[in-house]
Amino acid sequence: MVNFIASRLLSALVVVLGVSCIVFLFIHMIPGDPVEVMLGESARPADREALREALGLNLPVLQQLQHYYIGLFQLDLGHSLHSSRPVLDLLIERIPATVELALASLIVAVVIAFPLGTIAAVRQHTLWDQGAMGFALIGVSIPNFVMGPLLILLFSVTLAWLPVSGREGFASLLLPAITLGSALAAVLSRMVRASLLEVLSEDYVRTARAKGLSEWRVVWGHGVRNALLPVITLLGLQLGVLLGGAVITETIFSWPGIGQLTIEAIQRRDYPVLQACVLLISLVYVVVNTLTDLAYGWLDPRIRLGEG
Amino acid sequence: MSLRLWFPLAIILSWFLMALLGPLMALDPNQIELSKILLNHDSSALLGYDDLGRPLWDRLVMGAQTSFMVAIGVVTISLIVGTLIGAVSGYLGGWFDHLVTRIIDIFLAFPGILLAIAMAGILGPGVENVVIALAVVSWVGFARLSRAQVLSVKHREHVQAAIALGVSPVLIVLRHLLPLIMAPLIIEATFGVASVVIAEAGLSFLGLGVQAPDASWGSMIRDGTRYLLVAPHMILVPGIALMLVVLAANLLGDQLRDRLDVRLKNNR
Repeated sequence: MVNFIASRLLSALVVVLGVSCIVFLFIHMIPGDPVEVMLGESARPADREALREALGLNLPVLQQLQHYYIGLFQLDLGHSLHSSRPVLDLLIERIPATVELALASLIVAVVIAFPLGTIAAVRQHTLWDQGAMGFALIGVSIPNFVMGPLLILLFSVTLAWLPVSGREGFASLLLPAITLGSALAAVLSRMVRASLLEVLSEDYVRTARAKGLSEWRVVWGHGVRNALLPVITLLGLQLGVLLGGAVITETIFSWPGIGQLTIEAIQRRDYPVLQACVLLISLVYVVVNTLTDLAYGWLDPRIRLGEG
Repeated sequence: MSLRLWFPLAIILSWFLMALLGPLMALDPNQIELSKILLNHDSSALLGYDDLGRPLWDRLVMGAQTSFMVAIGVVTISLIVGTLIGAVSGYLGGWFDHLVTRIIDIFLAFPGILLAIAMAGILGPGVENVVIALAVVSWVGFARLSRAQVLSVKHREHVQAAIALGVSPVLIVLRHLLPLIMAPLIIEATFGVASVVIAEAGLSFLGLGVQAPDASWGSMIRDGTRYLLVAPHMILVPGIALMLVVLAANLLGDQLRDRLDVRLKNNR
């Protein structure tokens, strides 16, 4: 088990360092000079040089990369080119909003997907099944930047029940959470259905039925509980989609999270901030995936012994 | 032919025709008519006008061209590059395979759309940059799939026979392996079209795709969000078009999977 954990953690570290390296190199290879963006085109060459030196942009790329990594291990992510504030402060300011949105979306997804997937599996090949899966297919096909405005149109404009945007209290969380969670709900309900169908064909389910248990006890006690494990694993993998979607959803609803910060950083060519946002999201994703892997290895010895 | 097959086919075909015949139609997607700003519809434009008084139908056709070009471009590039890398890696094995697997792991280990957003942001706006950003992200799926497929067929007898006959590795991959693994790749490509169409529209929605006055369904939706109160048709028109195309590609992928997947057939 120790070997398994060590190898997982090591590969997670490689991934995070690899990702940060890719992003760093991309930012430094492209045309378009942040110094020019900051000072404007009419700046004097001497001023440009001075700023370049202050930012360390005059050094060779590899040396800059080295400085970047050293800073990373000291939790020094540099300063924003736009506001001159430490990037770490900006991130810490925005993290709670994104965590809140992600958790709420996860809840929305689970609340929709579990009943839907269960009904579809228990009533396989009926109208229930087709209806639930049709709903899931449509859910996958509506991008969140269409879903969001449509929800705003219905609940904020027509019915005037919920605020259009911003982050003020529970009511303002609902629409972004539904927007972001519904796509995940669609994927998740397909997984629940597939996983439950597999479990329901197992021998022990037949035994439970033969014992004369009620259908409810069979499906809930023996089916859903055993179908949960693969679904939770896949849920971990879907987190990346959720975080990617958060960038767009936060933009739609002016939700002051990491996603919005990412887009602001792109618009302002604020590279240290952009770099840090991408790194942070990748880090969260890698950590969750590694934890999922570890949990799975703990639950199923075949995986940690490499036989799975 | 069932409804499940011809409905998506009809939509994909209309999308294709809109994109292909768009340049031949007498359209004025950039014609500004100030008297018709945000107008719902009139006799000459059934879908209405946008915030600059430009006819939405004409812009919709222009947007279809954008999404079609990007989808075909990205899926073709990533299908070819990804399949070749994956197939060669699976066939050769050894250190090359280790390296490729590592790279695939890194790419799969964080959200692709995020990398695409960051890349498109760094490269700057424009359709070519969108194609580059999305191709960099999408080749990985094809590489992983083709590698796994090659691993499962490379020990077949006809491949062993070809090796024994001294056929070059390049020819073995191209002639003896690729034809066997095409079916799942085609299915993956069909789903790929759906996700690329969404991704392109998403990037354009964020302002990272096509630039004004060119149109993309994503940028049309973005323009529409500002006039949600007075002109919801500005979002509904491109939104429904986008949804139909994505739905059709997903349905078609499902259908193809049922029809082409050899393993499924054998199991029945």
